Amino acid sequence: MCAEAGGSEVLSAENVTVRFDGEAALDDATLRVGDGEIVAVLGASGSGKTTLLRVIAGLQAPDAGRVMFDGADLAGVPPHKRGVGLVFQDHALFPHRDVFGNVAFGLRMRGDSTDAIATRVKELLDLVGLAGLERRSVGTLSGGEQQRVALARALAPEPRVLLLDEPLGSLDRRLRDRLLEDLTELFAELRLTAVYVTHDQTEAFTLGHRVAIMRDGQVVQMASPDELWAHPVDEDVARFVGIANVSEGMAIRPEAVRVQRAAGAGAGIVEHVVRVGPIVRLRVRIDNGRTLEAVVASVEHPLPGDRIDVTVDPQGTIRLP
Amino acid sequence: MDSHRRSVGQALAYGLPLAFLALFFVFPLIAIVERGLRGAGDSPLDVLADPLTREVVWFTIWQALASTVLTIAIALPTAYVLGRYRFRGRSLVSALVVVPFVLPTVVVALAFLAILPEGADRGWAPILIAHAFFNVAVVVRIVGSFWASLDPRVGEAAATLGASPRARLREITLPLLAPAIASAASIVFLFSFTSFGVVLILGGPQYTTIEAEIYNQAVRLFDLRAAAVLSLVQLGCVIATVWVAMRLERRVTSASAPRPERDTLRAVRTPRDRMVVGVSLGGLGVFLGLPLLVLVERSLAAGGGYGLSAYEALARPTSVLLVAPWEAIVNSVVYAAAATAIAVVIGGLAALAVAERRSRLLDGLILLPLGASAVMLGLGFLIAFDREPLDFRAKPWIVPVAQALVAIPFVVRIMAPTLRSIDPHQREAAALLGASPSRVRREIDLPIVSRGLAVAAGFAFAISLGEFGATVFLARPDNPTLPVAIFRFLARPGEINVAQAYALAVVLMAVTVISVLLVERMRVRRGGWF
Amino acid sequence: MTLVTISHKASAVAFLAALALLAGCGGDEKPTDVVLVTHDSFAISEDVKEAFEAESGLTLRILKAGDAGEIVTRALLTAGNPEGDVLFGIDDNLLARALEGAVFDEYESPELANVDPEVVLDPEHRATPIDRGDVCLNYDKAWFDERDLAPPGTLAELTLPRYRDLVVVQSPATSTPGLAFMLATIAELGDGWQDYWRRLRANGVLVVDGWEDAYYARFSGSAGSKGKRPIVVSYASSPPAEVIFRDPRPSEAPTGVVEASCFRQIELAGVLRGARNADGARKLVDFMLSKRFQEDIPLQMFVFPVRTDAALPREFAEFAVVPERPLQLRPEQIEENRERWVDEWTAIVVR
Repeated sequence: MCAEAGGSEVLSAENVTVRFDGEAALDDATLRVGDGEIVAVLGASGSGKTTLLRVIAGLQAPDAGRVMFDGADLAGVPPHKRGVGLVFQDHALFPHRDVFGNVAFGLRMRGDSTDAIATRVKELLDLVGLAGLERRSVGTLSGGEQQRVALARALAPEPRVLLLDEPLGSLDRRLRDRLLEDLTELFAELRLTAVYVTHDQTEAFTLGHRVAIMRDGQVVQMASPDELWAHPVDEDVARFVGIANVSEGMAIRPEAVRVQRAAGAGAGIVEHVVRVGPIVRLRVRIDNGRTLEAVVASVEHPLPGDRIDVTVDPQGTIRLP
Repeated sequence: MDSHRRSVGQALAYGLPLAFLALFFVFPLIAIVERGLRGAGDSPLDVLADPLTREVVWFTIWQALASTVLTIAIALPTAYVLGRYRFRGRSLVSALVVVPFVLPTVVVALAFLAILPEGADRGWAPILIAHAFFNVAVVVRIVGSFWASLDPRVGEAAATLGASPRARLREITLPLLAPAIASAASIVFLFSFTSFGVVLILGGPQYTTIEAEIYNQAVRLFDLRAAAVLSLVQLGCVIATVWVAMRLERRVTSASAPRPERDTLRAVRTPRDRMVVGVSLGGLGVFLGLPLLVLVERSLAAGGGYGLSAYEALARPTSVLLVAPWEAIVNSVVYAAAATAIAVVIGGLAALAVAERRSRLLDGLILLPLGASAVMLGLGFLIAFDREPLDFRAKPWIVPVAQALVAIPFVVRIMAPTLRSIDPHQREAAALLGASPSRVRREIDLPIVSRGLAVAAGFAFAISLGEFGATVFLARPDNPTLPVAIFRFLARPGEINVAQAYALAVVLMAVTVISVLLVERMRVRRGGWF
Repeated sequence: MTLVTISHKASAVAFLAALALLAGCGGDEKPTDVVLVTHDSFAISEDVKEAFEAESGLTLRILKAGDAGEIVTRALLTAGNPEGDVLFGIDDNLLARALEGAVFDEYESPELANVDPEVVLDPEHRATPIDRGDVCLNYDKAWFDERDLAPPGTLAELTLPRYRDLVVVQSPATSTPGLAFMLATIAELGDGWQDYWRRLRANGVLVVDGWEDAYYARFSGSAGSKGKRPIVVSYASSPPAEVIFRDPRPSEAPTGVVEASCFRQIELAGVLRGARNADGARKLVDFMLSKRFQEDIPLQMFVFPVRTDAALPREFAEFAVVPERPLQLRPEQIEENRERWVDEWTAIVVR
C-alpha cells in the first residue's frame, strides 16, 4: 500500500481554520489526497471531520487556509462548480423525487440528454444493486437502500473526488458490514479518489489507503493503516487506533502481550474475557496494579480469576514521542 | 376501555370543530341567504346576467390573484432569511411583520395616500400594493417557519451535484416549500378576494369587488336577493379556490420529516450572508415601515408642530367612546385572549382530526369563513341568533367567537402539518417506556407541536386584535376595541381627533408586537403551559 | 392514537369559557335597562347619560351598529324582533324605507310641542326628529387667501375653469355625505343635474369612496393633511370642529362653508316595534327631545338640535354656519328615485 499520495496530488486542504461563534471547528487542518487514493478521516464526534468535508465541498467558507484542486485554488468557486461529489451522513435525498429523479439530478444539471441520463441511471442502479427501483419514492426505501441511492446519486455525474460523510453511520451492524464490503469492491472497481469520514476504526482501516486522524480540529497524523498501527504519533492516537495498553510514553500492542496459565504464583490475574470472532480479548491485572490488554487466538484460553504468567514481546512495544 | 376512550376522543376532535362551524358559520349564512332568496328583488338570473356583475367577478378574481403573487414575491426573501438564518432579533422581526396585518384598512389606506405620488395613488396598482402590505405577514410566517424545518443539506446535496443557486431554487427549494406556499397563498388569496375597504379607497369608484357589491346591495340598496346571489357566487369562487389549493397542497406534499431549528438555521457569518439578510430585511423594512412611519408622524402632529398631546389625550374619557381611549386597549386584549383561546381549542382539535383522519371535508370547510362574505355573515348572525335559546345578538362573547372563525384556519393550517409529521416511532418509544396514551399526547406530541401552536396562537391573537372579517358587522355594546376606537375618532373632523386616531393606531402596533412576542414565548413544556 | 387528554381538557376549557361568558347575561323579567341602537357617530356626555338614568331608573345601554345605512338594514331585518328598544340615527334619506319596513311603533312625544314643526317628517309619529345637520361644501380659507381667489358662492360656479381640479366629493353609492351632496345638486338644479355633473366631471372633480378619505387625504384644509384640493363635501359643523379640536384653539375657523351648497339632513329616532322595554323606549325618546339632551347634541355629534328653545354652545354660535334656506327633498321622492339616481350618477361620473 502506498504510504504517500499514490499518484500526483489531486486535492489538498491546507491550513484550514473555521470558527463558529469564536470557537474553532477546524484549527489549521491540512489534508492531502493523491489521485486514485482513498483517504479515511477518522476522529471522534466534534473533531472537525464533517466541517473539513464541507470546506472541501465549498459548503463552508474557511476563515483561513485554502483548498487546492489539481493545483488550482478553489477559493470563490461555488460548490456546484467544484465537481465534488458528497454523500451526506443521513443521505439528504430529495424527498420530492423518486429514485430515478434523485440519481438523475446531477446528470440533468450538467445537461445530459434524456437518453444518456436513462442509460447512466440504469448503470448506476445496477452498480449499487437497486435495479428496478427507479420509480420508488425515496420515503419508502429502507435505510440501506437510501444509502445506495445517495451513493449512486453522488457517483452519477462522475465527480473528480467523492466525499463521504459517515455514510454508514445510521445503519445497523450487519448491514454496515455488508455495505462496507460492497464499498470496498466498488471503490477498487471505479478507481475513485475519495475522502471517507468516519468515527469507526474498522471502516477507516478497511477502506482507507491512508487514514487521517483528526482531533480538536487538527489532522494529528496521516499514514497508512499499518504505519499507524506501528507508529502512532501519540498516546491518544495509539488508543484511537485500538492499542489499549498505553501509558507513560509507551504503548504495547495487545498481540505482543503473551499470557499463560500460571505454573507458580503468577504475575497477575485475569479480570475479564471477551471473544471477538476468532480471537479472545483478555483484561489482565498485574500484581503491581497495572492493567494490560492481551489477545489470544485459540480455543483454549484463561478464564476470569485465573492466575497467569505474562510476557511482553519487545517488538510489540512502541515508544511514543 | 382504551378503544372506547379513543373513539370519544376522535368524535370530539372531529365533532366539536364541525359543530362550531355549523352553528356559527353555516347556520347564519344559510339563514341570510335563504331570507334573501325568499324576499323581493331582482331575479337571481338577472343579477348573474348583468354584465356589470361579470365585470366585478372578473376584477375580483384578477386582483386577488395578482395580489397573491405580489405578496409572495415580496415576502419570500424575508421568509428565506427567517427560515435559514439565526440572528439577534429574529423573533422580533417575525413579530414586527404582523403589525400591518392588524391595522384598520382606512388608516393604512390614508397612509398610502400620503406616500404614493400623485397620479399613482389610485387604480389597481395601489390596491395590489396595499394587499401585499397587509398580507406579507401571512407568507413570511407560514413559509418562514416551514422553511426553518427543511433540511438545508438537501439543497447542499443539489449544489454538490452541480445545481446553480437558480437551479436549486427551481428544482429543490420551491418544490419543497410548495405546500407552505400553497397554504399561505390560499389565505392571501381569500383575504384579497374579499377585500373591500382597500379596493374602494385606493381603487377609486370604478373598481369594486364582489364583497363591496354585496355590501352595496345589502346595505345601501337593501336588495337582499341580489346580495344573496352575489354571496353565493363569491362562495362558489371561494370553494373552487380552496379545492384547487388543497389539491395542489396534497399533490406537492413531500414526506420529509421536519428538523429542529438548531439544525437548519445558521449564523450570519460571511459578507454575503450579511448582504442577503440586510437586503431582505431592509427591503421589507422600507416597504412596511414607510406607511407605518406616516402613522407615527401623524400621531405626533399637534398645533402645527409635533408633540405628545394626542397620546396624553388617550388617558382622558371622551364622549366619542364614552370611556377613556386606553380602556380600548384592555378591551382589545381581553377579546383577543378569548378569541385566541377559542381558536386554539377548536382549531387544535380540528388540526388533530385533519392530521390523523386526513379529513378533507373539515380541512376545506374550515377555510371557508376566510372567504365568505363578512357582510352577509354579520347580517346572518343578526337573524339566525335572534330567539331563545339562541338569542346571541349583542352578547359580548359573540365578538371573539366571530374572530375565532377567522383565526381557526390559521391554527389548523399551521398545526396540522406538524402533527402529521410526528414520527410514530417517538410515540411508540414513549409507549414502551410506560407512558399511557394520554401521557404520550402530553409528553411527545405537545412539545413537538408547541412551536407551531405558538405561531398559530400568535396569529390568532393578531387577527382578533385587528378585528377581522365578520366582526366588523357585529353590533356590540359600547366597550370599544382599538380598531373600533380608531374608526370612531377618524369619523370626526378636527386635528385632535385625527391625531388620536393615529395615536391609537400606533398603540395598536405596539400592543400587537408585544402580545405576539409574549404569546409566542408561551411554549408547552412537559404538558403544561408556562 | 387517542385524543383523550387534549380533548377532555379542550372541552373543559371551552365550556368554562362559555359559562364565564354566558354568566354576564341575565333573564328577561322586568327590564331594568333600555337599549339604544344607534350609529357609530353617536355620542353623549357622561353627565347627561347619568341624568337620564337617574330620572328613569333605567340603565341606558348603547348599541352601536355601523353607519346610518347599516343600522337601517339591521332594523329592517329584525323588524318585530329588534336588537334594542329605540333606534336613533336614521336620516330622512332612509326614512321612507324604514317606515315601509314597519320598523317602528307609533309614539307622539309630548316634547314635540317644542320642536320646529318643519322637521316633523312623519305625521303618524313613527319616527321623531332629534337633530338636524347640513352637508355642505367646505373650503380651505388659507388656500383661497394665498391665491387671492374667491371661494365658490354657488353650486353652479364649481364648473367654472377657475375651480378646475379643486373639488373632491364622495361617491353617493358608498357614502352618506356623498349621497346628500348628489341630492343637493338634484334639489338645486332639477332635471339639469345630470348635465351639471357632466360638466363637473369635465372640470376635474375627484370622486372618492368615503368621508375620511376625502377629508383627511384629499382635502387641503384639514389639520395635518397633505391633500391638494381646497374644496370638499363635508358638514356645516366641520369648521367649529376644526376650532374645538385644535390645540391651541385658533381664533378663526380654518375652513369655511359654501352656504348655497348645503343639503339639510334630519336625524330621527323611533320606538322599535317589538321592543322589550317599550315604556323605557318612550321615556328615552322624550329624553332625547329634552332641553338637556338637545343642548348636549352640538358638541357631541356636531349637528344642531331640533328643539327651538335649545341654546347653542359658544363655539357653534361663533363658528358654525346655519344656512337659512338649505336644499331639501321629500323623503318619499328620495326613496322612489334613489337607486335610479345613483345608477345614473355612476354612469355619468364614474364610467
